[in-house]
Amino acid sequence: MDSAALLDLVDSTIRLSTPLLFAALAGLYSERSGIFDISLEGKMLIAAFASASAAAVWGSAAIGLCFGILAAVAFALVHGVASITYRGNQIVSGVAINFIAAGLTIILGQSWFGRGGNTPSLFSAGRFLPVHLPGADAAASVPILGPIYSGVLSGQTALVYVAFLMVPLTWWVLFRTRFGLRLRAVGENPAAVDTAGISVTFLRYRAVIICGVLCGFAGSYLATGQAAGFTRDMTAGKGYIALAALIFANWRPVRVMFACLLFGFLDAISIRVQGVSFPLVGQVSVQFVQALPYILTVVLLAGFVGKATPPRAGGVPYVKER
Amino acid sequence: MAEPAIELIGIDKSFGVVRANRSIDLRVERGTIHGIVGENGAGKSTLMSIIYGFYQADSGEIRVGGKKVEIADPNAAITHGIGMVHQHFMLVHNLTVVENVMLGAERSPLLGSGIAKVRAELKRLETDHGLEVDPDAIIEDLSVGRQQRVEILKALYRGADILILDEPTGVLTPSEADHLFAVLKQLRDEGKTIILITHKLREIMAITDTVSVMRQGEMVATRPTAETSVGELAELMVGRRVLLTVEKGQAAPGGPTLSVTNLTVKDSRGVTMVDDVSFTVRAGEIVGIAGVAGNGQSELLEALSGIRSATRGELVLCGREIDPVAENDPAEIRRIGCAHVPEDRHHMGLVLPFEENENAILGYHDDPRFNKGWLLDRDAMRRDARSKIEAYDIRPDNCRLKTVNFSGGNQQKIVLAREMERDPDLLLIGQPTRGVDVGAIEFIHKRIVAMRDAGKAVLLVSVELDEIRALSDRILVMFAGKIVGERGPGASEGELGLLMAGVDGTEAAA
Repeated sequence: MDSAALLDLVDSTIRLSTPLLFAALAGLYSERSGIFDISLEGKMLIAAFASASAAAVWGSAAIGLCFGILAAVAFALVHGVASITYRGNQIVSGVAINFIAAGLTIILGQSWFGRGGNTPSLFSAGRFLPVHLPGADAAASVPILGPIYSGVLSGQTALVYVAFLMVPLTWWVLFRTRFGLRLRAVGENPAAVDTAGISVTFLRYRAVIICGVLCGFAGSYLATGQAAGFTRDMTAGKGYIALAALIFANWRPVRVMFACLLFGFLDAISIRVQGVSFPLVGQVSVQFVQALPYILTVVLLAGFVGKATPPRAGGVPYVKER
Repeated sequence: MAEPAIELIGIDKSFGVVRANRSIDLRVERGTIHGIVGENGAGKSTLMSIIYGFYQADSGEIRVGGKKVEIADPNAAITHGIGMVHQHFMLVHNLTVVENVMLGAERSPLLGSGIAKVRAELKRLETDHGLEVDPDAIIEDLSVGRQQRVEILKALYRGADILILDEPTGVLTPSEADHLFAVLKQLRDEGKTIILITHKLREIMAITDTVSVMRQGEMVATRPTAETSVGELAELMVGRRVLLTVEKGQAAPGGPTLSVTNLTVKDSRGVTMVDDVSFTVRAGEIVGIAGVAGNGQSELLEALSGIRSATRGELVLCGREIDPVAENDPAEIRRIGCAHVPEDRHHMGLVLPFEENENAILGYHDDPRFNKGWLLDRDAMRRDARSKIEAYDIRPDNCRLKTVNFSGGNQQKIVLAREMERDPDLLLIGQPTRGVDVGAIEFIHKRIVAMRDAGKAVLLVSVELDEIRALSDRILVMFAGKIVGERGPGASEGELGLLMAGVDGTEAAA
């Protein structure tokens, strides 16, 4: 593998990690507050659809992003009302949201655009385009660092930078702010938060809304950054992989980034090894290669996260005890 | 007379049809330790939750320092200088001491300045009150006594003048409890007001200035502690005379029901918890195992009941040899004739969300009596549950109620009824009256003695020395996994206390 191919691999790893990173950080806020969220998938999907639809209609990626966020937050609030206010089962609520999103995107897509559930292809203004960092072309000739700067760091879409900036920001919020302290506490022992005079309900709603916003970014990136429009079921399990990354990372922001990069890397590899002949085994079937990230997800989760400790109060509705 | 620190006038509170508090009047003087005693379910915790703003009273008023106040939530209570140390600590187990202390009192949206403030304040409280604790320790690494100290520090950091402690010594070792009392006395001498809720009368006598008694949601009496006695308080609590000692005749022991030889048990970390222990329990006697919690009693019970494998030793139960090193099936050990009332009824003895009648046969659900073919015979289960409820006076008498809704004493009776009604040859019973009110204690003790008088062997493990001395025909003292002494029922508390502390009796006498 030559250096150009290697840079290409790193570049696509970053691009493929981005939606996972948004979604996993979204899940981090929600689950740290004690609300388990398997509806990351559904919220990404509805956000992807909403952003692509809005971008197609108004021809603006920014408007698309706003609609993507609005749609995901609306779904997040459904999950919040069900699991916080009405103390419902968080898994059931999450599954319901995934189903609704899968069905709704197809029905609305078909009735609005008549393309079998897909949205029209987006042209330049409707998409997030690569941002060229200053001096990228000039730096390209510098050995080693130059190509990394121009080929990997520069030329990503704005949302990629946002995603990776969210990692230190999330760390800072979680460990350096009052909100973060309360968030960490409420996921472990909501009674301690309640007796300290803090509203458990309001705290959890805020966490769920942040989760929705980040899912909105994740979905919008898929439809208006990575691709040029919405195709049915385009999340293809990325919400679940993000959840796996979150668990694998033990609900810690920096580890979440590395876990997402790992899963993104597996995805990038799977694209590259299609049709390539290996010594001894020969050409590997396309299906097997495509299944590789999922198989490795299972292996990693089964083998490496024996000690994953989820927030203790996760999944349990808070009821004041007598 | 100075204004009282806190005064309650005509507090009423109902949960559905249950009247938890009925027109409660209470006056707590500034700078005193005021004890509130009552059986489980008497309404003490509800009353304190109202003062702390966890619940709102249906009617009545609260006055703090003579002024009428509304306490709508814990925040309001904190503002009025009321702090509470809950029975189940309100701490976040994986955060540090500093983070727990500042939670809810951070002072600014960013943590930096607040952390410095908390550290300085903790330092001051440490020097002033001897409340020493490592500010950077993670809560779950601290002992229970230290965790409670963090709860007290939380309240003091928030500027509490009135400190409410709900059953503070239930989880403490005797020395930790002594230290707590010293701290409370010092806080009182500095002018703080302390409200102590407990059902341990001896603590009330030892530390309080004034004591109020609650019974069935009512405040039945308030007395200066110096002018009352344990007997009077116990009588006020239950509304009749109670026997604090157990009436029992001489034991008439028969042959050995259980023989334990050279038993060694390690815990899951590989630490030796039971170290080469040998003893027998004969039919018709109660053998009590005394000791401070954590000296191997729990592991001993687990090994005997087949829950935990031993590393070495021999067991003979009802004439049958059992290999304690092998993986034993607790069900098999029960079939041989050993019943087990586990130390922690919530963890091992009951499934709290289950209905009472389901818990009443838990572990014996294979019994053909409760089965019709492949299915459970619900009618038979409920008939059985109702007869046990009747025989053990379990309240409320509703076998369809979820077990979590019974009080601690009644939950314990459910376990006892299940195990004793099997008519076992050997009864293993751990902490039979932990978290149980006075009336139920008396009942449970009588039942245990009745088992003995029916010729059964009883092995009793308890950290309550009074209980061990009242019930046992022979007392074995465990310390650091070994049996360090055997005494008769007449052994003095001081003598046993020395043994429990690991001081050899002969050395101490010499």
